[in-house]
Amino acid sequence: MPYTPHTAEETQAMLDVIGVRTIEDLFADIPADMRPKSFDLPQGLSEMETCAYFEQLAGKNKTGLVSFLGAGFYNHYIPKAIDNIVGRGEFYTAYTPYQPESSQGTLQAIFEFQTAVCNLLEMDVANASVYDGGTAIFEAMMMAVRAGRKRKKIVIDESVNPIYRVMLDTYTDNIDIDIVVVPHTEGLSNVDALKAAIDADCAAVVVQNPNFFGNVQDFTDLFEHAHANKALGIISVYPVMQSVMKTPGEMGADIAVAEAQSLGQPLSFGGPYLGVMSCTKKMIRQIPGRIVGRTEDVDGKTGYVLTLQAREQHIRRAKATSNICSNQALCALRALIHMSLLGPEGLIRTAELSMERAHYLADRLTMIDGVELLNDAPFGNEFAIRLPINAEEAIEALMDKGFVTGFPAGRYYEGMDNVLLVACTELHSFEQIGVFTELLGGIL
Amino acid sequence: MAYPENLLYSKSHEWTKIEGEEAIIGITSFAQEQLGDITFVELPEVGDTLEVGDEMGSIESVKAASELYIPVSGEVIAINEDLEDAPEKVNESPFEGGWLIKVKLSEEPKGLLSASEYAELVANEAH
Repeated sequence: MPYTPHTAEETQAMLDVIGVRTIEDLFADIPADMRPKSFDLPQGLSEMETCAYFEQLAGKNKTGLVSFLGAGFYNHYIPKAIDNIVGRGEFYTAYTPYQPESSQGTLQAIFEFQTAVCNLLEMDVANASVYDGGTAIFEAMMMAVRAGRKRKKIVIDESVNPIYRVMLDTYTDNIDIDIVVVPHTEGLSNVDALKAAIDADCAAVVVQNPNFFGNVQDFTDLFEHAHANKALGIISVYPVMQSVMKTPGEMGADIAVAEAQSLGQPLSFGGPYLGVMSCTKKMIRQIPGRIVGRTEDVDGKTGYVLTLQAREQHIRRAKATSNICSNQALCALRALIHMSLLGPEGLIRTAELSMERAHYLADRLTMIDGVELLNDAPFGNEFAIRLPINAEEAIEALMDKGFVTGFPAGRYYEGMDNVLLVACTELHSFEQIGVFTELLGGIL
Repeated sequence: MAYPENLLYSKSHEWTKIEGEEAIIGITSFAQEQLGDITFVELPEVGDTLEVGDEMGSIESVKAASELYIPVSGEVIAINEDLEDAPEKVNESPFEGGWLIKVKLSEEPKGLLSASEYAELVANEAH
């Protein structure tokens, strides 16, 4: 085994200092019957055997597929420079800056990331990031519940990504919060029903844009209604699309969150992801996580600091509004470099190309007999279609041909077994779209 | 340090000024000194009804955050809105311009300390 943290001599030297004879003596306080009988670990393997084992596992993955799968996670182009920059030892470390101010480079990167997020979403404040988009929605909900004091109800639109709604159920299982789900209508948010659900007990209303079915809606009016009823507006967004769509800030959202995988993170088997959180200045004391600020030292030199730490657990203890002291620093840095390299024009171009491809694909697919769009509402780079057959069947049939058809809506929505979610990005060629259309037409 | 004789004090370092059926509440000069530069004051809303000992908000400084506890029972009838933009007033003038809230008393205040009793408490805490 090449990984040996301590030699037998070093271990013995430490035991001598402590004043015990064996490692076993260290655990003398734990009764024998309370100790694990076995850790059930296999025998160690050599490096060669380990590599062979994992290569055999990796071989089970289907690779080289042309994928039209989205559902919250999108295969956008990632500039090669990103890997190169984040691979630098100064960034590529598992070290959380516990003496943050001595890590000026890390703090500056986070500060710039926060700035980029605020610019993209047109919000006042952003934190250093959280684990993923689902965590970000949960934390936003908790912010609203804290700010709403006695209000314990969260109204959430059914067209918010169901993967995240499952997470919210798990998170709130033992918390006194009542989540009220307002059904969608043919893939669209039912704004009137959402408004009707906002009452004196409602802390916030939660929506998504574009929603799970890819449709784009303006929630300005909904948020106004929420504010009139002293509730907050929370919106989850797809960052790339914010370059061409009405932003959370423009809509009057109080808290805007996102899964920022689409900004420079590869799709690697479900993570790591990047949760983005931003809010209005008024909500700044409720936002969890780290916030980096820019200031000047006594000599007038620019310096970066962790600010508003009175929110955090090491100061406020049980009353902390923030119990997340880590962040996705490396993923946030990737997102920052991605946004910096593309610039505003590049992000707009990415969104436009993705939408153009998706609209072309929708036109082609709906020419197939029996295939129709779920609704006529505007969509971005993803849309839902109704098939004459079960969506899972269609996915299965095309998998063998090297195509991932999309996401079966029936997995989370009753009565939608024939509904398929299809997404495009700038990486899809017109040729791929043509072949995909032919193949799908062929099985229907 | 002198504590105004016309005020009543609580062990958690709030002062109360009784004016008939109403009371004005703030934190003492000792409390603001202990906290350091105050950066944010969170207060209840007008119309909130609080019982003695309830949390009525919190106060943040550059180095700490503490909860504020109401020394009397009553309904909040005013809050010091100046503190939203100028929380440093609590440092500058804890007994005057840095007041926190005004309440309509629902019962006679009980168990509060006089200026001299409070001065003794502070003297003991300072050691």
